[in-house]
Amino acid sequence: MTHADRHHLPEDSFERIDVSQSSEREKIAAPSLNFLQDSWRRLRKNKGAVVSLAVLSVIAVLAFGSIWLTPHDPTKQNISYVNLPPKIPGVSINGFNGTAKVGQQVVDKYAQAKVPADVHFFLGTDGLGRDVLSRLLMGTRSSLIIAFAAALLDVTIGLVYGLFSGLKGGRTDNIMQRILEVLSGVPNLVVMILFLTIFKPGMKTIILAMIVTGWITMARVVRAQTLKVKDQEFVLAAMTLGAPQWQIAVKHVLPNISSVVIVQMMFSIPSAIFFEAFLSFIGLGLTPPVSSLGIMLSEGYKTFRFLPHLMWVPAVTLSAVMICFNLLADGMRDAFDPKMKD
Amino acid sequence: MADETVKTPLLEVADIKKWFPLKTLPFSEKKYIKAVDGISFTLHENETLGVVGESGCGKSTLGRTIMNLLPPSAGKVVFQGKVIQELSPKELREMRQQLQIIFQDPYASLNPRFTVGEIIGEPLAIQGKLTKKEQVQKVKEIMAKVGLNVNYINRYPHEFSGGQRQRIGIARAIILEPSVIVCDEPVSALDVSIQAQVINLLKDLQAEMGLAYIFISHDLSVVRHVSDRVMVMYLGQVMEMADKEDLYHRTLHPYTKALLSAVPVADRHVKKEKLMLKGDLPSPADPPSGCCFHTRCVFAQELCRTQTPELTEYRKNHFCRCHFADKNEGEYHEDYKN
Repeated sequence: MTHADRHHLPEDSFERIDVSQSSEREKIAAPSLNFLQDSWRRLRKNKGAVVSLAVLSVIAVLAFGSIWLTPHDPTKQNISYVNLPPKIPGVSINGFNGTAKVGQQVVDKYAQAKVPADVHFFLGTDGLGRDVLSRLLMGTRSSLIIAFAAALLDVTIGLVYGLFSGLKGGRTDNIMQRILEVLSGVPNLVVMILFLTIFKPGMKTIILAMIVTGWITMARVVRAQTLKVKDQEFVLAAMTLGAPQWQIAVKHVLPNISSVVIVQMMFSIPSAIFFEAFLSFIGLGLTPPVSSLGIMLSEGYKTFRFLPHLMWVPAVTLSAVMICFNLLADGMRDAFDPKMKD
Repeated sequence: MADETVKTPLLEVADIKKWFPLKTLPFSEKKYIKAVDGISFTLHENETLGVVGESGCGKSTLGRTIMNLLPPSAGKVVFQGKVIQELSPKELREMRQQLQIIFQDPYASLNPRFTVGEIIGEPLAIQGKLTKKEQVQKVKEIMAKVGLNVNYINRYPHEFSGGQRQRIGIARAIILEPSVIVCDEPVSALDVSIQAQVINLLKDLQAEMGLAYIFISHDLSVVRHVSDRVMVMYLGQVMEMADKEDLYHRTLHPYTKALLSAVPVADRHVKKEKLMLKGDLPSPADPPSGCCFHTRCVFAQELCRTQTPELTEYRKNHFCRCHFADKNEGEYHEDYKN
């Protein structure tokens, strides 16, 4: 073939591709999954996260179900039934059958206190004769409500502040970040204690005390993510289409930082539970007769040597809730952003 | 090509500059990165202006400044007789319908949380002139026009290939029926086999809709295929600008010659003279004195180091920024002849 012929190849050297073949080549066979479906598919593969989710679901159902249904009234005191050991029907193991060791003898405490045969305190009673299980359910509910409310408000304030700061940029962002630095320089425990000593103790006060400094971390995380997302080309594309700033924030930035926000919130819940427990433990939290895990720990701690179950029960519950939340948050982080996983 | 003396240009860029301030110590002299440094050109209906240059020469910044995504430091962009920088937010939104952009990265330019239908339909939703039902209908029409399966309207960007994603980006850009589209390296992130599909689609749409393109690329072969006129950029300045055939056959600037000499030719019988550039691209924060290209130019003289050359029209519609352009005149490279 000569150099001139090179540009005049015969037509039969080529095979024409039918359009249908090309559309067949571009066919998408996989089922369509949106972001949440895809994340859920990945989360299900994480055993730790799934078990944690199941445990938390059971705890939440029991805690919130106890509003309508509890074995006993959690605030009702009965001096006759003070410090009874756990008694589970059909269980004959010492420590769970209503008996306790007094000196060298095993004594049936329920018979001593003349408790009717059909009355059982599954986790025993406290120093005021209140049912520990009912108080545990009430306490878990209080702790979860405080933690969720505080985390939700942290997210709301932090999200608005961080989004605004990140999207505005320039001098506004600079000033807003300096404000954050000043606020984060103040120890949050000091702020909480001051807050609780000034205002009347209660659930609202604890939530407010937690929010005062709790939103700062969220604001920083949101701002960092906003700065990352706002320079991406799909945001620029929205700008070229003439989308207003609020629409860019709500429709483009927010959905793309939501996974980080959710994970951050999931990590802040156990920390809020711990803070509530700590404040109640040192006597600055909820006031009796309302129960919380911190109050139960505080009460159980005083009699730990003689009645260890009064401390073990809230301690194990608190630990389980915190560990499960952390494991679930870890699992969610991996599910939302698989590239982050090493 | 349209005769510039008769026709009113659709888009006119007049001495536009985009300088980014560098952080310096207090009381010290302010420094800037001169990403775009005094560029002027016009664009007419149904015309394609190719913009070429090395990475970091300010091509994309120019595109984004024209779009008003980056406010210019100086100069003005006149679109359909109106200065873009002087428009009110309402007027700017209306103008946006007529001036659109196609981005380089088909992966980053589509919101991963939106379905294809939402992405392509977003311009209609923002402009808010159609009902939901009409929007969906229009989206389906445009999807068919760019060769996307209409059944995939509710799928997400991650389910598509690079070429398909770029077609989604093109569909989003043309749905408002603009008159000018800035194509910011629309094929550089795609496989060579897919590039031809996308380029042909752009050309077909131009013929069908009467679009004008500003086609930014670093691939001279692609630019030659799509453009009517070509503008060569270096360190934020125009080095040479001419009608396509004139620029490829009668190159004036040494930089353009060097770029053309680097284009591979798929023919072992054609021997090419390689014009090698010295060193690396200088920093736009500290550009060389005189002609900004003198540090890499094989023909540089003392004059080039001291005096900045003007962009001069050496032939009809053929502009060049070189002290010795008239001496460089002549045909260049056999393989660029038809």
